[in-house]
Amino acid sequence: MYTASDLRKGLRLKIDGDPYVITEFNFVKPGKGQALYRTKLKNMINGNQFERTFRSVDVFEPADLREKKMQFLYKEGDKFCFMDNETYEQVYLTEEQVDDAVNYMTDNIEVEILLFEDRPIGLSLPNFVELVVTEAEPWAKGDTVSGATKPVKVQTGATVLVPTFVSEGEKIRIDTRTGEYLTRVKS
Amino acid sequence: MTERHHHEAFRLARKADVLGLRANLISAIRRFFDDHGFLEIDTPVRLPSPAPEEHIEALPSGEWFLQTSPELCMKRLLAAGYPHIYQICKCFRKDERGALHLPEFTLLEWYVAGFDYLRLMDQCRHLIETVMAPFAPGRKLAWRQNAVDLSPPWKTMTVADAFSNYAPLPLQEALQKELFDDILTEFVEPHLGLDRPVFLFDYPSELAALARIRPGRPPVAERFELYIGGMELANGFSELTDAHEQRRRFEDALARRAEKGFSPYAMPEKFLDALPAMPDSAGVAVGVDRLVMLAAGADRIDEVVAFAPEDL
Repeated sequence: MYTASDLRKGLRLKIDGDPYVITEFNFVKPGKGQALYRTKLKNMINGNQFERTFRSVDVFEPADLREKKMQFLYKEGDKFCFMDNETYEQVYLTEEQVDDAVNYMTDNIEVEILLFEDRPIGLSLPNFVELVVTEAEPWAKGDTVSGATKPVKVQTGATVLVPTFVSEGEKIRIDTRTGEYLTRVKS
Repeated sequence: MTERHHHEAFRLARKADVLGLRANLISAIRRFFDDHGFLEIDTPVRLPSPAPEEHIEALPSGEWFLQTSPELCMKRLLAAGYPHIYQICKCFRKDERGALHLPEFTLLEWYVAGFDYLRLMDQCRHLIETVMAPFAPGRKLAWRQNAVDLSPPWKTMTVADAFSNYAPLPLQEALQKELFDDILTEFVEPHLGLDRPVFLFDYPSELAALARIRPGRPPVAERFELYIGGMELANGFSELTDAHEQRRRFEDALARRAEKGFSPYAMPEKFLDALPAMPDSAGVAVGVDRLVMLAAGADRIDEVVAFAPEDL
């Protein structure tokens, strides 16, 4: 069981028989007042969202979810097709189920397909992916302020904030959980 | 250099400006109190018995607890004849983590013998106006989407008026339904201090904490909170000096904690022993991290400290 202090964005709970993920989480507490855990919850099967406020005495049942390694094969219409490389079993996810992960998905990437009661309902990416920078402003000489960033486009079409010294054609490592640039990778 | 270290160096390098600003702001706070004849004090962080409050969870430290505020020791000094004291210290509150909360945070707390809460509100305004001046060009403080005018006079609003202005139900009903905090945070706070700082004051007597209650219909606690840009920044009182009344409130808080299964605290007897000797006075605590957020234009408290718990 989870308690209210375990609640955070991304946590998956079972409520009324369905798996829910916390999509927005806000801890509010007047200095002398009680802790309120404001959440926006998304039903992981039908995508329905609702808001609910919890208190520190509340407890929660974890959602019983299983993950299975599969490879991304192709996209057809609004369906993404994945295959289990051992059994050759194929499963499909909708665009809505793939969601933001599309920003980091290259052909043949290995992902974890999420199963709720053996039904595929979503996926999770490796924590780190390596993507090629396809569009970047050139590095202005003399721009040496440490910590300065610029937006670049990567091969999936997504935009990432990187240090100014990163240039077009380079490969960079990205943390898929935060969308943050980590480092350059020598190809 | 490991990849992890590289990432951390990048993260911390981006904080150079805000950490410099934080240091300057804390120096300015010290200068203000030194200029006004206050004594800076330094009381222990580990305590055998934290102030028994219903909704504040102390972190255990061995057999004792880490302080949730320096209030009890500071009042013992007041009672012993130190009339103007301030402290900037770390406080710890279990499970408080959010955009405006760190479980370990920096608090400024000060006490003035002979003051009541109204005079202290004025001094609080004077302090914040002074230390924020370098960060508020033309006295306008830009934070989130607001431009808050720091020039006096600041607004004041009773809690009852704030509820009738902004809440979907009146104060008494919110209290009866135990929805005070829900309504306050959802409907009231977002309106407070958007164009000028607001002192919310005269709290319902149920929410007096360690404040003096002024008899009347209804009786109100002489307590205030300061809001800037919708954010709670300070909490102050005319201090309760009646040890019997204080003991009764602590017992109530402990009973309510027990009902909810929260951890028990010992009665702070040495504080209660000292209380009758404490002069009429007023005291206030200001969240220093939040003050830095305002000065730096930071949306999240994480931005104004070098390390959040998740970075450790």
